[in-house]
Amino acid sequence: MSEIVLKVDALETTFAPRSSLGRSKGAPVRAVDGVSLTLARGEMLALVGESGCGKTTTAQTILRMVAATGGSVELAGHDITHASHKQMQPLRRNIQIVYQDPYEALDPRFRVRQAVEEPLLIHERLSKAERLARVTTALETVGLTPPESFLDRFPHELSGGQRQRVAIAAALVLDPDVLVADEPVSMLDVSVRAGILDLLATLRRERGMAVLMITHDLSTAARFADRIAVMYLGRIVEEGPARTVVDDPQHPYTRALLSVVPERDPLLRVVPVLLTGEPPNAANIPPGCRFHPRCPVAIAQCREVDPVLTDLADGEGHRAACVRLPWLT
Amino acid sequence: MTLLEVRDLNVWYSLDEGGENHAVRDLSFTLDRGERMGLVGESGCGKTTALLALMALLPPSASVSGQVLLDGQDLLAGGEAIARQHRWRDLALVFQGAMNAFNPVRRIEDQIIEPMLTHGTRTSDSARDRARELLEMVGITAAAGRRFPHELSGGMRQRAMLAMALACEPRVLIADEPTTALDTMVQAQILALLTRLSDELGLAVLLVTHDLPVVSQVCSRAVVMYAGGLAEAGPVADLFHRPAHPYTRLLFEATPDLHSDREVVSIPGAPPRLDEPIVGCSFRPRCDVPLEVCSDRAPRPLSVADNPGHVAACWHNGGAR
Repeated sequence: MSEIVLKVDALETTFAPRSSLGRSKGAPVRAVDGVSLTLARGEMLALVGESGCGKTTTAQTILRMVAATGGSVELAGHDITHASHKQMQPLRRNIQIVYQDPYEALDPRFRVRQAVEEPLLIHERLSKAERLARVTTALETVGLTPPESFLDRFPHELSGGQRQRVAIAAALVLDPDVLVADEPVSMLDVSVRAGILDLLATLRRERGMAVLMITHDLSTAARFADRIAVMYLGRIVEEGPARTVVDDPQHPYTRALLSVVPERDPLLRVVPVLLTGEPPNAANIPPGCRFHPRCPVAIAQCREVDPVLTDLADGEGHRAACVRLPWLT
Repeated sequence: MTLLEVRDLNVWYSLDEGGENHAVRDLSFTLDRGERMGLVGESGCGKTTALLALMALLPPSASVSGQVLLDGQDLLAGGEAIARQHRWRDLALVFQGAMNAFNPVRRIEDQIIEPMLTHGTRTSDSARDRARELLEMVGITAAAGRRFPHELSGGMRQRAMLAMALACEPRVLIADEPTTALDTMVQAQILALLTRLSDELGLAVLLVTHDLPVVSQVCSRAVVMYAGGLAEAGPVADLFHRPAHPYTRLLFEATPDLHSDREVVSIPGAPPRLDEPIVGCSFRPRCDVPLEVCSDRAPRPLSVADNPGHVAACWHNGGAR
C-alpha cells in the first residue's frame, strides 16, 4: 500500500462517570479499549459494529473531539494525540467529518454558499472571489450542478441526498487527507444512497482522499470499502480486505453479524445466528475474551485468555482475535 | 382467504397555505388471513398515511375516500364509533420508536393491561395474567415487565410493544418500520419473533418498511408504493426475479448485496410533489425505459400475464393506450 495518512496505535478512551457533584460514580466506561488501525492514501476503511461498540467514540477520539486516555494518533506524520487546541488548528484541515444526519449538520440559516465557505474563512486567507471559485468547484465536485443554482439555497430547500452532498462539499473544500464519514447514508432513501457512496469513491480515486467510514451496514461496507474492521466492546476483533472478511469471516462475532444480514433475493433464505445474552456494556467488560458470554462456540479457555489480533495464514492482511483460530474445517 | 381489503383508498391533506396534498392515490390491495405482506416505499410515498387511514387515526386535516373492508365490513363507513370497535381488537399497530409509544412514568405491565380494560376484553385480574403471558411469549421476564420503559433496551421495548399490540388478540398486526431504529442483530431477533408469532397465532402482518431485503426474507407478498399509489404488487419472489415495474427493479438494483460486487446504482431524480397535479405516470421522470404514452396518461394497475396476484401499473405491462 501507498503512503499511510492516518495511524492509530493502541488507542484508549475511558470515560469516568461522575455524579452531579463531580465525584466519581460507578465503573469507568472503556469505550475504546486498544484500537489500532491504519489508513493509506485513497483507501476506505469501514469500521462496523453494533451501537455501543465504540466505533463513533473511536472516530471522535481520532478527531480530537474527545481526549484519548492511552495510545496515539498520527495524522500525516504528526502525532496529534495530545495536541493542544492551538497546535491542532492548522492540522484540523487535514481531517474532516461528515455526519449521519445532513439536516442536523447544516445550519438552517446558512445558505449553501455560506455552509461550504465557512471552513475557508477559518483556515485560509482568500479574497471573496477566490472563495467563491473554491465553493463553486466544490459544489461541482459533489455533483450539485450547475453550482449557481444551489449557491443561494437554504438546507430546507434541498432533498436529503442534496443536503448530504452539501455537507460533503463543506468537508472537502479544504482538500483534507482524511474524511471521517459517520453513517453517511443511513438517513437517506435507498434510491439515493449509491450516489453518495459513488461520490466518496470518486474523491478517493481522484484526490487520494482516505475515508474512514463508520457504519452498521455490512452490505454497504462490503460493496464500497477496501477493508473492514469489525468492532466489539471497544476493540477490533477482525480486520481484513472487505471481500475476504465478508466471504470468509473468521471471528464468531463477525460470522454472527453477517448471518443476520437479510438477502435481497427471497429465494435465498438466510439462517441467522441469533446472539443471546446480555447486550454488551462497556462499563462491565467480561474477563477473558470479551465476546465469550454471547459466543456460540466458546470453550473454557475463552473465559481466561484475552485474545489478540493475529495474522491469519491467507497472506492478505486478514487478522482476527479468537483463541479458537484457525478453524479446523 | 381475504381478511382485509383496501379498495380505492385516497387521502388528501388540506394544507395551511391552501391547496391539498394528495398523499394516497387509488390504493387497492388485499391481505389474507395469517399472511405476512410488505408495504414498501421510500420516504414520502404515502405508506404511513395509508396505514393511519387503515387504523382511522388520520388527523382532522385529512379527508379520505374508499373502503377498508375487514371480513366485508367497511371500517371507514361508520366514523370513529365503528373504527374504535376494531382498533386494537381487530387491527393493532406497532410503531417505529418504541420509546415514544410508551408512557415513560408507568410500568410496562400496567400499560399492556390498558387496552384490555379499555376494550373490555378482560377483567382486571385476568388482564394481569394475560399481560404476563404475553410478556413471556415475546421473551420478557415477569420482573422486567414491572420495570419502566427507560429501564429496558431498545430491543426489549420493541418486544413489549409487540406484547401490547397482541393484548386484545387482533387478527391483523400493522408494523410501521418496527426495526428501523434497531441494530442488525436486534432487528433479526425482532423479525424472528414477529415471524414466529404470526405463524403460531395465525396473525396477518402488514410490514411497512423501506427495507426491501427485510421484506424479501419475512413476507410472502409485497405492495410497492410510489408517489402515493401502487406501482407493483405480488409475491416477493416475482418482484425480485420478474419485476414488472421499472421502479421495483431499480429499487432492488440500488440495494447492495452482501456477497456480490454487482454495481449498485442510484435512481436519478426525486419523487414528484404530491401537492401538484401529476400528469401521466408519476415515475416517468426517473424511469430508464419511458414510452411516449407515459407522459400523457397514468397507467392503471393490471395483472401481469400468467401470474395471478401479480399486478403492475406500468405501460410496459400493457393496457389500452
